[in-house]
Amino acid sequence: MPQLSGPTDPAADARWPDLKPRKGFFTDTSICIGCKACEVACKEWNHNPRDGDLELLGSSYDNTGALGASTWRHVAFIEQKHDRIEEARETGRTLIDLGMPSMGAPGASTPGTETPIPDTADFRWLISSDVCKHCTHAGCLDVCPTGALFRSEFGTVVVQADVCNGCGTCVAGCPFGVIERRRDGTAAPKTERGERKGEQPEVPNLGVAQKCTLCYDRLLDDQTPACAQTCPTTSIKFGDRADMVTLAKERVAQLHAQGRTEARLYGANDRDGVGGTGSVFLLLDEPEVYGLPPDPRVSTADLPRMYKRAGLAAAGMAAVALLSFLGRR
Amino acid sequence: MTTSDYDSVRPPDPPGRGRRQGKRRRRGRADGGDGSREMAMVPEPEFTSYYGRPVVKPAPWGHEIAAYLFLGGVAGGSAVLGAGAQLTGRDALRRNSRLAAIVSVSVGAVFLVKDLGRPERFLNMLRVIKLTSPMSVGSWILSAFSAGAGLAAAAEVDRMTGERLPLGPLRRVLRALEGPAGLEAAAFGPALAVYSAVLLADTATPTWNEARDELPFVFVSSASLAAAGLAMITTPVAEAAPARTIAVAGVIGDLVATRVMRRRMDPLTAETLHEGGPGTLLRLSEALVVAGGIGTLLGGRHRAGAAAAGLALVAASALTRFGVFEAGIHSAKDPRYTIEPQKRRLAARRAAGTTDDSITTAG
Repeated sequence: MPQLSGPTDPAADARWPDLKPRKGFFTDTSICIGCKACEVACKEWNHNPRDGDLELLGSSYDNTGALGASTWRHVAFIEQKHDRIEEARETGRTLIDLGMPSMGAPGASTPGTETPIPDTADFRWLISSDVCKHCTHAGCLDVCPTGALFRSEFGTVVVQADVCNGCGTCVAGCPFGVIERRRDGTAAPKTERGERKGEQPEVPNLGVAQKCTLCYDRLLDDQTPACAQTCPTTSIKFGDRADMVTLAKERVAQLHAQGRTEARLYGANDRDGVGGTGSVFLLLDEPEVYGLPPDPRVSTADLPRMYKRAGLAAAGMAAVALLSFLGRR
Repeated sequence: MTTSDYDSVRPPDPPGRGRRQGKRRRRGRADGGDGSREMAMVPEPEFTSYYGRPVVKPAPWGHEIAAYLFLGGVAGGSAVLGAGAQLTGRDALRRNSRLAAIVSVSVGAVFLVKDLGRPERFLNMLRVIKLTSPMSVGSWILSAFSAGAGLAAAAEVDRMTGERLPLGPLRRVLRALEGPAGLEAAAFGPALAVYSAVLLADTATPTWNEARDELPFVFVSSASLAAAGLAMITTPVAEAAPARTIAVAGVIGDLVATRVMRRRMDPLTAETLHEGGPGTLLRLSEALVVAGGIGTLLGGRHRAGAAAAGLALVAASALTRFGVFEAGIHSAKDPRYTIEPQKRRLAARRAAGTTDDSITTAG
C-alpha cells in the first residue's frame, strides 16, 4: 500500500521513475474580480459540455452552482455586510493567535509591490475560483477500483476516461465534492416558446467520472493550464507547488501587515487531513463560507483500521456459524 | 436582485423552475421567495454554508446498490450455512443454502453492473488489485465467491434434475469439486458480507464514514440473520436448528452493534439514522429484528412459525441496508452534516492543544 496519510511527495510515492516537480495552483481570492474567464477557458480547452439548463440560481452572480463533471472551475460569489466582515477578521485573528506558523515580520513586504485591495467597510463581495484540490492523499484516487484515476508525474490526479466504468465510488470518496459522474446534463426538451434550448454537441465521456486534470495535456507540453493562462488579474497562479506555497505565505503576510487579518491560507499545510493540497487558496473568511469543508480528512487514512474491524466482524460471523453447527451435531 | 415599487404587484415565480432549488435553508424564513422582499443571500449565521449547497457529493448510486448490500449479505451468510450443512450432512439445508447463495449473488451482481455509468465496462473492475479501494477488493471477493458458489449450486441443480445437465464426463469433475467449491465460497462468505461496510465507510459521506467502527458488525449481523431467516423459510425445521441459532445470534449482534454505532457517532450525524425516511426504515427494521428473534425462539420449531420469523428477519435485513444507504445519501446532500461535525472536531483538537493539523492556516 502507498502512504495513506501525512506529508509526502505524491508522485514519488506513486513510484514515478522520472519525477517532475509537483505542480499546483495558488488561487489568491483577494484579487479575483469574478469575470469567470477561468470557467470559460476551462470549458473550451477541455471540451466540457454545458452543465444542465441555463438558469439563474439567485445566488449573487453565481449561476454555475458548483464544481461537477462538466464544471472544473467554479467562481463563487458571497455578499457580506459589516458584521460578517468583522467576524471574518476576528476568526482570522484567532487563527494567527493560535501560534500557527509565524506570519513573518510585519515590515517584510516591500512598499510599492503590494496590491492594495479596496477598503470595503460596509459591504464586500467574496469571489473565489474553486477547482480540484489535487490532494496529496486523494480520496477519489485511493478508492477507484479500476485504476482509471492515476497520479501523474506532476503530482496531480487525473481520470482516464477510457478506463473508468462509472462506478461512482470516487464521487463519494472526495472530501471536497469535486469529482462527479457525467450525466447527459440536459433535462427534457422545453416546449414553451422561447425556452427551447439550442442544439448542443454530443456529450463526450458520458457516464464516467470527470474532474479537473490540471490540464495534464498542457503540462506535458510545458504549457500553463487554461484557467491560469487566461486569468486577467493573476488571481489564479500556476507553477511548482513549493513555489505556490511560498508565494501564498508571502501574500498572506502582506495582507496581515495591512491589517487584513481575515486573510488565511487553505491547503498549504502538509499536516492536514489530506496531506496538503496541490491547489492552495488564499481565503478572506472561513472555508465553509466558500463551500469548502472546514476540516477535510481523506477517509482512506483510516482504512487499515476499517479493514481490521471488518476482519474482526467477519471472524465473528464465521465463529458463530461454526459454534451453531458444532453445538447441534 | 433589484427591488422596485412594482415588486409587490409582480406575480409569484412559477414553482420548480430552479435547477438546484431543494431546501435552501433549513431554519430560514419562508418569505422573500416570491420576490416581494429581498431574500437573505447568506443563510443564518449559526450555520454557515455556501447557499445551503452540499459540500460533498452523494454517491450517484440508485436503490440497486442498497439491494445489493442486502443480497450480498444473504449470499455470504447462505454460503456459510451451506458449508456447515455440507459438513454435518444436512442435505436439504445444504441444497437450499447453496441455491440461495448463487441466486442472491447473481441478482446482486446484475444490480451492480446495471448501476455502473458504463455497464459494458464492468470487467474493468478486475483490471487491477488495489488494496486502498474496498470496491476493488470487493470485486475480487465477489468473483472468488461466485466461482465456488456457482460450482456448488450447479452440482445441486444437476442432482435435482436427475442428472439431466449435459455435462458428459465433466459430471465426475463437478462431483469431485462441489465439496471444495462449497467450502471455498463459505471461506469468502463473511468477507462478501462485510466488505460493503468498509466500502461505505471509506467515503466522505458523513453518516457512513462516522459509522466506520461499527458498520462492519452491523452488516455481518444483518447478513447472518437474513441468511438464517431465509433458511428457516426454505428448510424443514428438523434440519434448520443451526440456522435458528445463527438467527438469534444475528439478532443480538444487530441490536447491540446498531446501538453502539449510534451512540459513538457525532450526535448531529446520528440524526440521519433517526429522522425522515431512513429513520422510519431503521425503526421498522429494528421492530422486525426483535419480532423475528422472538419468533425464532418461540415458534422456530414449527414450520409456519419458523417461516414467519424467517420472513421478518429477511425483511429486517433489507430495511437495515436501505436505511443505512438512504441515511448516508441524505447526509451528503445537506451541508450541515459535513460542516458542523468537522468544525467541532477541529475545535476539539485545538482545545486539546493540537494546532498544526488544520487545513486553514494563518501563514
